[in-house]
Amino acid sequence: MADTIGIWVAALLTLFIFSFLYKDNPLYKMAEHLFIGVSAGYWVSYLYQNVFKPNLYNPLFHQGKLLLIIPLILGLMMVMRLFPKIGWISRWSIAFIVGITSGYYLITYLQTNAVDQVRASLLNFSQINNIILVVGVLSGLIYFFFSAEHRGVLGGTAKLGIWFLMVAFGASFGYTVMARISLLIGRMQFLLGDWLGLLH
Amino acid sequence: MGMGKKLSQIDRRIIFLVIGLAVALPLLFPIGLQIRVSEPAQRMYKAIDQLPPGSKVLISFDYDPTTMPELYPMNIALVRHCFAKDLKVIGMALWPTGVPLGEEAFEIAAKDYGKSYGQDYVNLGYKAGDIVLISNLGKSIPQQFPIDFRGTPLEELPIMKGVRSLKNIDLVIDLSAGFPGIVEWTMIAGGRHHVKVGGGCTAVSAPSYYPYLQSKQIVGLLGGMKGAAEYETLMNARGAAAGGMDAQSIAHLVIILFIFIGNLFMFLGNKGKA
Amino acid sequence: MRRQIPLAITLVVGLVMVVQYFVPHKPVGNLYDLFNTWAIVIFAFAIVLGVGNLIKIHGDRIYRLERGWGYSVLLLLGLTVMIITGIGWGIEPGTSFFYLYWHLYVPMSSTMFALLAFFIASASYRAFRARNFEAFLLLISAVLVMLGRVPMGKALWGQFPVIADWIMKVPNTAGQRAIMIGIALGVVSTSLRIILGIERAHLGGE
Repeated sequence: MADTIGIWVAALLTLFIFSFLYKDNPLYKMAEHLFIGVSAGYWVSYLYQNVFKPNLYNPLFHQGKLLLIIPLILGLMMVMRLFPKIGWISRWSIAFIVGITSGYYLITYLQTNAVDQVRASLLNFSQINNIILVVGVLSGLIYFFFSAEHRGVLGGTAKLGIWFLMVAFGASFGYTVMARISLLIGRMQFLLGDWLGLLH
Repeated sequence: MGMGKKLSQIDRRIIFLVIGLAVALPLLFPIGLQIRVSEPAQRMYKAIDQLPPGSKVLISFDYDPTTMPELYPMNIALVRHCFAKDLKVIGMALWPTGVPLGEEAFEIAAKDYGKSYGQDYVNLGYKAGDIVLISNLGKSIPQQFPIDFRGTPLEELPIMKGVRSLKNIDLVIDLSAGFPGIVEWTMIAGGRHHVKVGGGCTAVSAPSYYPYLQSKQIVGLLGGMKGAAEYETLMNARGAAAGGMDAQSIAHLVIILFIFIGNLFMFLGNKGKA
Repeated sequence: MRRQIPLAITLVVGLVMVVQYFVPHKPVGNLYDLFNTWAIVIFAFAIVLGVGNLIKIHGDRIYRLERGWGYSVLLLLGLTVMIITGIGWGIEPGTSFFYLYWHLYVPMSSTMFALLAFFIASASYRAFRARNFEAFLLLISAVLVMLGRVPMGKALWGQFPVIADWIMKVPNTAGQRAIMIGIALGVVSTSLRIILGIERAHLGGE
């Protein structure tokens, strides 16, 4: 019984949102606002059950890990941003988050997305595909990093770089079409299958 | 107004209707086209297939319902494969919205293969911290996840015996819908802790992860609904993804037709001006 | 003071993260572990701030009876119900929170994004034009990859998947890698500027 009601509610909400395709209307707006509220409430519940309780409250108040008082204070300072008069105090916590993230990114992006990528591009030139790959990476980088007017050999190479980027963007577009259609298929499978029982 | 111009200014609701039908009709009347398995999916399959029984696999459910048609069928197929090979699966999430999806995938696969919670698989739930959390797991898993999703302390779960950190994990599978996801796992779990990383991602992001495939920083990759359908084909278990591929075919042809017609009008329009 | 202390925090925390990578021993190692443990909690509070902001905006809208305040009531109602069920009775399978996730959150969020399928179809028809050689390359690559990825493409011509695989493995990988390296170097230099206090946008005005 509860499942049947659930499926009908889900189907109605799905149709409310799809009604936007005809034109913006109150039913769509209702579903949109309900979605944002439910979503925010969902996050808060998870933060409480999966983070604050096991990683802050229990260790701090039941296991005597008193140093955790510092992130608690920094966390509360972060929330002070909601109050304009004392909002500046949140900068301490933001500075902490930004510092830790920058520290991680500095090393990891350099290692994984730059050095390791260059290393993987040091290929032997016995295969035509390897040559194309290396030429593509180099010309693409030349296009990015030489902001001076693209002329002569450098200009020609930069142009080649653009062509490689265009092919990559094309591939991304092709994949994006599949991604978007997938989402529609998912909803259709729900409406036609779970709700109306027309799919087998 | 010429015919070409008229057609190019067609009410977009007609386009909406056409694409809606292109998806709905093949679902109602399937064609059953054959699905070809690509190399990145084969590599992912092999990476799981060659693990000895009892190996520990960590799956991170870093997605949400918005990408469910792509990643949820992958999730089910990958867990099925792990269970079929008697691997121990530890689930967790950097996205809270992925936890119930991973939970449901576990339930479905566990029923098929007679696996039990706590013994063969566990769901640790969500944890904040993104890249920092992955890094912390390299030092200690129980410290970050003192309890599982159901509130059971980790030391009471048989599957967690001997699992202290990422060093005790044989393979990380990330189901990635964006940030944080496969990039962060590759950087920290793969780059710093030298754990094998593979996974599945949305079709939107798949092309940008191909450099990781070429450099072997990831062991394999399932890209979007097609990747999921490929894995279902490899597992001989047709699911929602394989079932959606006919609709993908028709919708893709319709979109290619739209592109063609749009360009034809531009071409004819230019010719008219000249 | 309002600026100096945050700059000092970023500098110290950032440096500890970087130095620990090369010297993972005491005392840097201990600080590193400590900061990492704290970060999980502070990250969580950052999300709380986001939700707090949402409540503030919509609370204000209701208080002032602005246009569409009824929708804000609905938003806060959804939020309250999820928080009460989730914190009060738990989030695991079998709870009402779990039920609401599957029957409210899942259909609404997935349908919201399914709308994009219609818009990409409309954009393909109206905007995807081969106006010059570069756009032509993009278009051809897109069409070949699309045909190569769906089963119908293979049914039409057996070589479509082979061509699509080649595009993905060779020119796409090359282009994506150039982008990846480019972004990585950008991230590295920005991170360095932030740690050293040259880049201060995140601290806001004044």
